[in-house]
Amino acid sequence: MLSIKNLQVSLQDEDKQILKGLDLEIGAGEVHAIMGPNGSGKSTMSYVLSGKDGYKVTGGTATLDGVDLLDMEPEERAAAGLFLAFQYPVEIPGVGNMTFLRTAVNAQRKARGEEELSAGDFLKLVRSKAKSLKIDADMLKRPVNVGFSGGEKKRNEILQMAMLEPKMCILDETDSGLDVDAMKLVAEGVNALRSEGRSFLVITHYQRLLDHIKPDVVHIMANGRIIKSGGPELALEVENNGYADILAEVA
Amino acid sequence: MAILQAKMDAAEAMIAAVTPQSGGAWAGEARKRALDSLRKMGAPHRRDEYWRYTNPADFLNADAPQAPVMELDEGMPFAMLDRVRLVFVDGVFDPAQSDEPAVDGVEIEPITTAMAKDIHWVSSIYGVLESSGQSPVSRPLAALNTAQAQQGFAIRVTGKAAKAISMVYLRSSETADAMVHHVVKLEPGADLTLTENGPAAARANMVLEVEVADNASFHHIRTQGRDHLRRSATHMFTRLGKESSFKSFTLTMNGILTRNEAVIEFTGDDAHATVAGACAGDGNFLHDDTVFVTHDAQNCESRQVFKKVLRNGATGVFQGKILVKPDAQKTDGYQLSQALLLDDNSNFLAKPELEIYADDVACSHGSTCGEIDADAMFYLTSRGVPHAQAQDMLTLAFLNQAIEEVESDDIAEDIRARLAAWMARRAG
Ligand SMILES: Nc1ncnc2c1ncn2[C@@H]1O[C@H](COP(=O)(O)OP(=O)(O)O)[C@@H](O)[C@H]1O
Ligand SMILES: [Mg+2]
Repeated sequence: MLSIKNLQVSLQDEDKQILKGLDLEIGAGEVHAIMGPNGSGKSTMSYVLSGKDGYKVTGGTATLDGVDLLDMEPEERAAAGLFLAFQYPVEIPGVGNMTFLRTAVNAQRKARGEEELSAGDFLKLVRSKAKSLKIDADMLKRPVNVGFSGGEKKRNEILQMAMLEPKMCILDETDSGLDVDAMKLVAEGVNALRSEGRSFLVITHYQRLLDHIKPDVVHIMANGRIIKSGGPELALEVENNGYADILAEVA
Repeated sequence: MAILQAKMDAAEAMIAAVTPQSGGAWAGEARKRALDSLRKMGAPHRRDEYWRYTNPADFLNADAPQAPVMELDEGMPFAMLDRVRLVFVDGVFDPAQSDEPAVDGVEIEPITTAMAKDIHWVSSIYGVLESSGQSPVSRPLAALNTAQAQQGFAIRVTGKAAKAISMVYLRSSETADAMVHHVVKLEPGADLTLTENGPAAARANMVLEVEVADNASFHHIRTQGRDHLRRSATHMFTRLGKESSFKSFTLTMNGILTRNEAVIEFTGDDAHATVAGACAGDGNFLHDDTVFVTHDAQNCESRQVFKKVLRNGATGVFQGKILVKPDAQKTDGYQLSQALLLDDNSNFLAKPELEIYADDVACSHGSTCGEIDADAMFYLTSRGVPHAQAQDMLTLAFLNQAIEEVESDDIAEDIRARLAAWMARRAG
């Protein structure tokens, strides 16, 4: 599904390398987790994969089902099936959440040569998905993320994911700042989407989320590369001992 | 004083270009007063404080520069209103295309008919609000209009008007000048919606004087017409009584030159005025909003909300002033003027001013000029929205803050659709 080989990334405007040879292979239907100290480059990786400006790829490749991601515009990557749940979802005053969702869903359908959803079908779909995430009608009407609490923003990310049905989902610290109930909602939203053809990359600091979303593989990222990979027990080790032991071990 | 001489000479040229008008005794005097004051103030000049950003030359040339007439590819605005349409062609009233000018609760008369009478309510407003709006900042084009205008309506509203009144301006000539002057009087407690749409003429000089008496409400919505090479100078003068309300919104798309002046004076306590505008310009386009709000009563609220989208070298101008006189305590004055520049060639020139002589007031102003927010853009495109469509969404969102000042949801929705269509015509 997602294949990242020796990815090297620097800032566009500064001579600062952030990803220093990142390797990651995620098969179809798999759930991988990435943990790692702040500043190790986890968000940068997710931004670069989804096409944000401001970064320079100086080496390596990233493909989604064999298609070169790095060569595409952000909207093309989305249409190809990539989705990023933002660590910090953006507020967009003046654009209604519902309008935004419908525009995005239909733009992707159009890009894939599928028929656009009718207003009625769209409404039905969004209402049922919003309900399971406890997103009320008012949140759907309001401008995108404006005045949303931290938890509401994160649930709104999951709603977008549920509506867009991507095949590769990256969740960047979606659990940060959530209380236990909100985290459960998010985890249920993710689990409802799990399927053979859909893969997840879950960036998190906490074992808690991984209790609900059981990962197949856990990676530890530090200083711009994956330094250790293992099973779910690796996350427990981090939870109990922090990163220090692992960092020392590979150093 | 070469500039002063130039202003005087140009004023004489302006006056010479128009045919002297007479009328009943009061009308003749109003016109003469306007001419005299025009002679004193002179024509607008590049060096005048409020003409630095906008070159007045094209308003002063003897002949209107040529402007092709646009065939509209969309329906006329305000069709959803229950209204009486008064149609002008090249600034001349055309009864054949108009509805019967009759609305319950409203008296409607051509201004020339009113002016022919020796006694008429119009005499207390025509040229009176205009002339009081000439100080401290002179507005020569409005004085010329008062001296000359042969077209326009005198509208007196005594209750809640049963229908809206729509001024519809059509064009047929590529070089016509139009000079239109409407006078509106809302008696205590009256309520009227007045709309204006269309480009009026190749070059138009429009004046609207509105007296809003105690507890009366005036709603004004205007769309200025999409003809690319048309030129318009408009003036709106209003005086507000106690607990009255005045709301004006203007949509401007295209037009090589637009100068919209609004002069608002609060004379009774607890009144409200909003003057707002959304404009979209592409290429050879200059749009100027010049607003002067005088608070001379207590506890009044004024709002100015202007948003401009500019691309391909278009220019936006905002000059807005709030003057709070010493006794105008508890004034709430708000002024927002923002431009969204879609490229590096476009310009926004702003002169926001506050002049406050009362101590217990809340006034705020904000003037900004920026580009599309990169984070919002990435968020939208990362969800699959194509770049151009995302830009349009964010552009409309930016303008929306001004459109929200329109009270009617139907009209606001229509305005959004027209702006979306304007952007769509520029896509790809
Ligand atoms: N646009 C940027 N400008 C400056 N520094 C940046 C930028 N993006 C990332 N960095 C830096 O790159 C490093 C990795 O950041 P990030 O990817 O956010 O890490 P993580 O998500 O693992 O906490 C940090 O040192 C951060 O300050
Ligand atoms: Mg991060």
